[in-house]
Amino acid sequence: MPDGAISDLVPILDVKGLKTVFSTRSGEVHAVNSVSFDLAPGELLGVVGESGSGKSVTMMSLIGLLPQPPAEIRDGSVIFEGHDILQMSADDLRDIRGREIGFVFQDPMTSLNPVFTIGFQIMEPLRRHMGMNRAAARERAIELLELVGISDPGPRLSDYPHQFSGGMRQRVMIAIALACDPKVLIADEPTTALDVTIQAQILELVRDLRQKLGMGIIWITHDLGVIAGIADRVMVMYGGQVVEQAPVHELFSNPRHPYTRALLETLPSIAGGRSKRLRTIEGQPPALSAQPTSCPFRARCAHAMAVCAQKNPPIERLAHRHDVACFWSPDNADNAGEADA
Amino acid sequence: MLNFTIRRLLFTIPTLLLISLIIFLLLDLAPNDPTGNLPLTIPAEVREQIRKALGLGDPIYVRYYRWLVQFFVNEPLNLLGEWTHSCIGDCENRLRVTSWATRSPVVDLIAERMPQTLWVVGLSYVVGILIAVPIGVYSAYRQYSWFDQLGTFISMIGFSVPTFFTGVLMIVIFSVQLRWFPSIYDTTLRVTDWSSLGAQIRQMAMPVFVLALYNAAQISRFMRASMLDNLNQDYVRTARAKGLNERVVVLVHVLRNSLIPVVTVIALGVPQVFGGAIITEQVFKVNGLGQLLIIGIQGADIPLVQTLTFIFAVLIVLFNLIADILYGILDPRIRYD
Repeated sequence: MPDGAISDLVPILDVKGLKTVFSTRSGEVHAVNSVSFDLAPGELLGVVGESGSGKSVTMMSLIGLLPQPPAEIRDGSVIFEGHDILQMSADDLRDIRGREIGFVFQDPMTSLNPVFTIGFQIMEPLRRHMGMNRAAARERAIELLELVGISDPGPRLSDYPHQFSGGMRQRVMIAIALACDPKVLIADEPTTALDVTIQAQILELVRDLRQKLGMGIIWITHDLGVIAGIADRVMVMYGGQVVEQAPVHELFSNPRHPYTRALLETLPSIAGGRSKRLRTIEGQPPALSAQPTSCPFRARCAHAMAVCAQKNPPIERLAHRHDVACFWSPDNADNAGEADA
Repeated sequence: MLNFTIRRLLFTIPTLLLISLIIFLLLDLAPNDPTGNLPLTIPAEVREQIRKALGLGDPIYVRYYRWLVQFFVNEPLNLLGEWTHSCIGDCENRLRVTSWATRSPVVDLIAERMPQTLWVVGLSYVVGILIAVPIGVYSAYRQYSWFDQLGTFISMIGFSVPTFFTGVLMIVIFSVQLRWFPSIYDTTLRVTDWSSLGAQIRQMAMPVFVLALYNAAQISRFMRASMLDNLNQDYVRTARAKGLNERVVVLVHVLRNSLIPVVTVIALGVPQVFGGAIITEQVFKVNGLGQLLIIGIQGADIPLVQTLTFIFAVLIVLFNLIADILYGILDPRIRYD
């Protein structure tokens, strides 16, 4: 994708300073800490990070899908087409969910209601948002199933989810998310629960649909290979924060944050010599019981400095659309960095 | 589905025959004497003759065979004859299952008692379900709210306090102190006009309430638990992500899934309605099936007890089958073929 052309457009989704806190029995968990990002029309933003880095929670909080309580959105704004979603009434928000913003979840085996037919579940948003009657909704549902590559869609409408395989169910989920021609599609690890060949098919399908429909896509994953294949821009999350954000080529060729660099090193390489062991990042991501006052990655970081424990590094723009939140820099610390790399 | 139903229906025949034999053998083992309630002045030889006349002198397999013929052949033929107002075969001399105590056919006794039981116990079951389902749904949706806490507390009380206590308590408060409702159910009351309808409703109010509280307590707990199981499922999040409003999410998506186990519980509870609420019927003097069974047991009226118990068994087997079929209809993942 030519990222220069896309990034100059006015963003369709603009998230600023989003903070989400969970109240649990053992105290508060600060799952999302001042997350800001934007999404241009037709852009595919990949979001990567370990489990528990706040990827899913960020996306769920911005369209109000988290149960409140225990979740609470403390601060921030989510501007979608000039309106702040977080300030909207529940009813207005429902008009956007499913209509303007589609959602695909991780586990296709449990994300569909087992007691209703596929047809009913695809036609539901059509009738709710588009005011279609049965016949029109049915026609559109057949179209959608064709679009996501389910053969013989007419009779399959009256089938139940258990009559579909995992990959087929995820296609149905995508069809539901696409039903009302949304401007934004949020896909939360949509291929994680699928085997690799099905994953490849789904990725191919999304690449294809994106060109046909021109919507902005947020693709959450922990698979960097997937990101390299489909994303325009990548956002790396750690400890509920965005630690690095850059166009895909820039990120893979010039990673700045030690966490991003470590993530890339964990990838096995086909080309070049075989390393003795697969690299891992030692330790666990932190569970934050308060706003971070220091860098959340410093305990696992090879380049941790005294300043990392004193304050949380702010996110700064380095180059064109390349943001990073780190006091350390690979440029001026090259000598020290080479020693342990 | 049809195949499954027919297969299961055929399978009920040996099941029920076995059950009837077990009931017969158990009753025969029971140390009871149909002449026990007769005056003590009757000498032992006469008592022996009475027993012989009732057929007790015959071997057990002869007695069991007679009951089988009377219940499975003579009674249906008699029913058919009554419906068509004709005489099928030797209708004058055909022996029906006859109560030892009252000398009237057991089936007629049951038909007399059935309306009261169905009205009081059946209505209380329906009322219980109608109360329990909304309470269960709302308690689960607002888990740990004051409504949920109150509902859980009341259902705990309704479930753990026996009906003979709540029934007597109600009689003391509403019949004795306030004098709102009669404490005794009058079976001879005929509903002909508004005032007799009012009287009927008044006399049904307390037994229906006591039983409905008990039923609702049970069913609302099932409903709540089942709703809670489903509310956190992924498909609920999907429904919300589609922009459906909460009413549709809860009352269509969640409720439909939550009802599957609850409907089974409700279906399996129906035979108990026919069985009558033995204790509650006693407390309020409703002369229903439960009371009939108690009288039969006290008077060692073997044919009556045998037939009633067997009819209960038939209903239990039947509603088990109905619950299975409902399960298949409600849950598309389960299809019997």
